[in-house]
Amino acid sequence: MAKKTNDMEFSEAKKVITVHDIDPNILKDAQKKSKKKKGLALTIILSIISVVYVFPVAAVLVNSFKNNTYVKTDTFALPFNDGMWAGFSNFEKGMTFGNYPFINSVINSLIITLISTALIVFCTSMAAWYIARVNSIFCKIIYYLCVFSMVVPFQMVMYTLSKTADTLKLNTPWTIPIVYLGFGAGLAIFMFVGFVKSIPIEIEEAAAIDGCGPVRTFFQVVFPMLRPTMISVGILEIMWIWNDYLLPYLVLDINEYRTIPIHIQYLKGSYGTVDLGASMALILLSIIPVIVFYLICQKYIIKGVAAGAVKG
Amino acid sequence: MTNDDLNKKTAEPEVKKDAGSSTVSSADISKQFVKSTAAPPPLTKKRRLFNTGSTYTLRKPLRKWFWLFLLPVTAAFVIGFVWPFIQGIYLSFCKFRLTSDATFVGFDNYARIFGDQAFMRSFWYTAVFAVVSLVIINVLAFAVALALTQSIRGSNIFRTVFFMPNLIGGIVLGYLWSMIFDGILSHFGTSILQDSTWGFWGLIIVVSWQQIGYMMIIYIAGLNAIPEDMLEAAKIDGANYFQTLFKVTIPNVMPSITICMFLSLTNGFKLFDQNIALTGGQPITVENGIAIKETELLALNIYNTFYNNQSEFARGMAQSKAVLFFILVAVIGLVQLGITRKKEVQQ
Repeated sequence: MAKKTNDMEFSEAKKVITVHDIDPNILKDAQKKSKKKKGLALTIILSIISVVYVFPVAAVLVNSFKNNTYVKTDTFALPFNDGMWAGFSNFEKGMTFGNYPFINSVINSLIITLISTALIVFCTSMAAWYIARVNSIFCKIIYYLCVFSMVVPFQMVMYTLSKTADTLKLNTPWTIPIVYLGFGAGLAIFMFVGFVKSIPIEIEEAAAIDGCGPVRTFFQVVFPMLRPTMISVGILEIMWIWNDYLLPYLVLDINEYRTIPIHIQYLKGSYGTVDLGASMALILLSIIPVIVFYLICQKYIIKGVAAGAVKG
Repeated sequence: MTNDDLNKKTAEPEVKKDAGSSTVSSADISKQFVKSTAAPPPLTKKRRLFNTGSTYTLRKPLRKWFWLFLLPVTAAFVIGFVWPFIQGIYLSFCKFRLTSDATFVGFDNYARIFGDQAFMRSFWYTAVFAVVSLVIINVLAFAVALALTQSIRGSNIFRTVFFMPNLIGGIVLGYLWSMIFDGILSHFGTSILQDSTWGFWGLIIVVSWQQIGYMMIIYIAGLNAIPEDMLEAAKIDGANYFQTLFKVTIPNVMPSITICMFLSLTNGFKLFDQNIALTGGQPITVENGIAIKETELLALNIYNTFYNNQSEFARGMAQSKAVLFFILVAVIGLVQLGITRKKEVQQ
């Protein structure tokens, strides 16, 4: 479809600009020269911007090794002066900081993110296939409600959702995935239905003729084909749930269960009296897993984000 | 295999390709479909939405498995979205402190909102913030995407670096940047919590730093989809760089531009985590006896009305604010959907 417009634009451009006679060799040489120059200049500019981009993270790294008093006054100094270097004491302090062990927050975050993502990918892919294939009125209602839920901001349901989750005892890391499945189903269903539509039904019919029931058809024929979309959906959900603050903050029992964002926000809450060196150490510890995950799955992450954005 | 079946098979791919992107054009497509098959299957309304053949053999047996395929998601969806949403709409017409003690008061809450100066102020503040961040993010992201599609060395490394902040959560980002801003501002005897100008631009810097990489990815995808021969043709026709940019490149990435603009606009309106972590709405000034948090965006204002306001009307008001907030965001989303749909139809 895009090609059509391109052709149209192209023919219009042809009419406006008359074709000049240029010796193709001259043109090529000039192109080569300018490309090299432009390339170098661009590389330098982009390198400078990259340094600016990495700087905040580097600043956290540096400051996590400084003694508390120097973080605010000498934020941008390297900590190799006498008295400024704190070694790993900030990290040791940070682990028990804020009346809650940091390691528990990490474990809670991991549990919630992994279970929720697995649950969402598994359940919504099944539901999406059912919706796209059975296509009854009820399916359509569910589908459009899901699309609708994508534009509803969390503030709209935050109070009632946290109360509902409380009464149903969904306030532990083991049960909160159900809340995530409900609130996060929209995008996942939307993306999966979009993909299922592009699978030729002949494949499934062939399986049916060969004697597969619906369940077997799904798990042995459709499920493997959904893999690329599953990765995209999984990545988007992981990014959302790992970093989510307000939903777990309102739903979980905060005195017993905290996630990393909640833990960090609790430090911030007592800003001023807080040990800044130790908080920097915690920030660093919460960024490292994210960056490692990013560097390993970079290809999938960028693909997933592009897919999610174009559809959402 | 009969002749009909063969015909149907050859026609199928064409139909699928187009029907996915818009429902409007499916009518034309079904005409094509009718022409190409010798014996057209009955065209019911159902076919238009999902393009499933009505002869699909698995439909009936699949329906028996409703409880396995659809029920879990439906149940969770009702718990996590449908019921809270309906209850939320109802409570916006009530006076309540808990969901159990709600008394119906009609439109009182909504009337009260328009007298709430802090809310009106935070609405305009959010609107300005959203538009400013939209312009900055999109201009910079487009520039970076253009630079990265010029086949320069190390463009993959740059892409990796620019996208990185996206994975760090809003709360951590806010805290991280408040350390940096305070490190700079302490030399000038102020801090981000004291100066609302810095609060505003600080927040702009944080969201730009985070979102430029995201928008850049979408723009790169758009730029890479422009056929090479078109750019070459423009060059041969003697178009200079800016002519090519404005007459060929930009018209061709219009879909990406629309998506990015709306994404950054809704992100701007919905921003919460970065706001609460960076300034928390501070500094607070008192105007006409009302405390106003100067850097408080809409989402944070709603949150504070819910949980940090002891007035007996507070929760009802907060819920009706949330309803208005939802309508605002939904309208932006629907306009976006309308525009992208229209574009698709034209193409």
